[in-house]
Amino acid sequence: MQSHLSPEAAAPRWQGEYRFALQQLVLKDFRSRYRNMSLGIFWSLLNPLIMMALLTFVFTQVFPTARAAFPVFVLCGIIPYNFFALAWSTGTASLLDNTGLIKKVPVPREIIPVASVLSNCLHVFIQFGLLVGFLLAYGFTINRYWLLLPIIWGFYVLFIIGMVLATSVLNIYVRDMRYVVESMNTVLFWLVPIFYGGEMIKPEYVEIYSLNPIAALVQATRNILMEGRAPAFSLILKLSLSSLTVLVVGWTMFQRLKHRVYDYL
Amino acid sequence: MPQPYAPQPAIEFRGVTKSFSHGSGRRLLMLQLFRQLAGHWKQSAENPFYALRDISFSIDPGESLALIGHNGAGKSTLLSLATRVAEPDEGEVIVRGRLSSVLDLGAGFHPDLTGYENLTLNASLIGFSREQIAACTPAVIEFCGLGKFLEDPIRTYSSGMVMRLAFAIAVELDPDVIVIDEMIAVGDDEFQQKCLLRIRGLRERGKTILLASHNLPTILEFCDHALWLDHGKVKMQGQAHQVVKAYKSRASM
Repeated sequence: MQSHLSPEAAAPRWQGEYRFALQQLVLKDFRSRYRNMSLGIFWSLLNPLIMMALLTFVFTQVFPTARAAFPVFVLCGIIPYNFFALAWSTGTASLLDNTGLIKKVPVPREIIPVASVLSNCLHVFIQFGLLVGFLLAYGFTINRYWLLLPIIWGFYVLFIIGMVLATSVLNIYVRDMRYVVESMNTVLFWLVPIFYGGEMIKPEYVEIYSLNPIAALVQATRNILMEGRAPAFSLILKLSLSSLTVLVVGWTMFQRLKHRVYDYL
Repeated sequence: MPQPYAPQPAIEFRGVTKSFSHGSGRRLLMLQLFRQLAGHWKQSAENPFYALRDISFSIDPGESLALIGHNGAGKSTLLSLATRVAEPDEGEVIVRGRLSSVLDLGAGFHPDLTGYENLTLNASLIGFSREQIAACTPAVIEFCGLGKFLEDPIRTYSSGMVMRLAFAIAVELDPDVIVIDEMIAVGDDEFQQKCLLRIRGLRERGKTILLASHNLPTILEFCDHALWLDHGKVKMQGQAHQVVKAYKSRASM
């Protein structure tokens, strides 16, 4: 026996390496998602392209709006929204999808939903490359405010992790959580300024919009990429505070509910 | 080597109780949910079913303990607590050292990943580092005897092949403690013999073994001690041959 400091000292519940386990789980999500697809990773480009073409057609040909570079404009909205919608729905199902693992290894439960969100981040990188391509093609240039992008997107990822922590563990107890999430995603498609601009929102709703991290992120991203200016400080503040609040609430819920996850699986 | 003090048990259960809620009514689920959100997860919702009640035992390093009892006696619940995937309502479960398990075999594998990928994933989630896994991989490959099939997705495996891999991972990762549920159902005769031989080897190397089985001769061969569970309580605990004898006479009545 190794020497223990006190007779009570026991091995912690799990003695593995968080980062290695997280990396393996992200790899697993990735491999299992793309291995059996003919187009593989190109799906992550196809979806925003189709949405972009559709919305551009509707809002330049059917309901004409006088907005320059509409494809770029809509892409700035659809990429953050898609990231959220996909990560939230797959993350919500993640604990249930990994029942086999949860019943076999005492890996800290929170790693599973977090890995599920992170595995969606790679799509965002690829889609962001697409967006940059369109930006340059439409004559936009790279400016120094781009340095803000990792910060605001970082908060956005924390926000999504918070949402996923809450709903993934609720989904164990209340299995219809999945449908709640799907319906919410549909609602959000309209309530996030994807095909309309933040300036079109009536003053009485602006406050609510800026407290929604998805809407705030779309706004801030457009400020930086298309208008070449820093987002309002108040917008970044609200985005960061609402994201951190969601993360803390999600984390707390997860910690309280995780003890009986095994029992209800 | 002389020990200045008695070694600490590898597995220790102290007054462990585990309940599950009976049934799954919507009202009950909500009640449980809100109770837990309020921070009282240890109280089970009304009408709990006690799978285990006030269980205490310990296994010293290098010892092996068999769990016996009828279906539904609480063996699997006890194993899930020992592997720390479930948490007790009351009492404490203490495990000293790294533990690997062969529970219902193959659980935890992803069908679309290859054998190799599942091996790394599984081991990393058990808590082994990349270096430890790399060091054990040749032994796992050798033991499971799956050869180039390890490069194919698990969904193409027969159930026997899945079991071979699961067992190979559990025993070859060099755990300190190994928990085995019904391992007698593993693979064909030849592989079973190999498994039994391996378990004997683990014993000789001083590993701690916790085993649940209905196969009494196996228990007598491999275990020093036995614990007889009956309706969630300890009916008898002691030397394996004594407990098995009592269990047999009771069963034949």
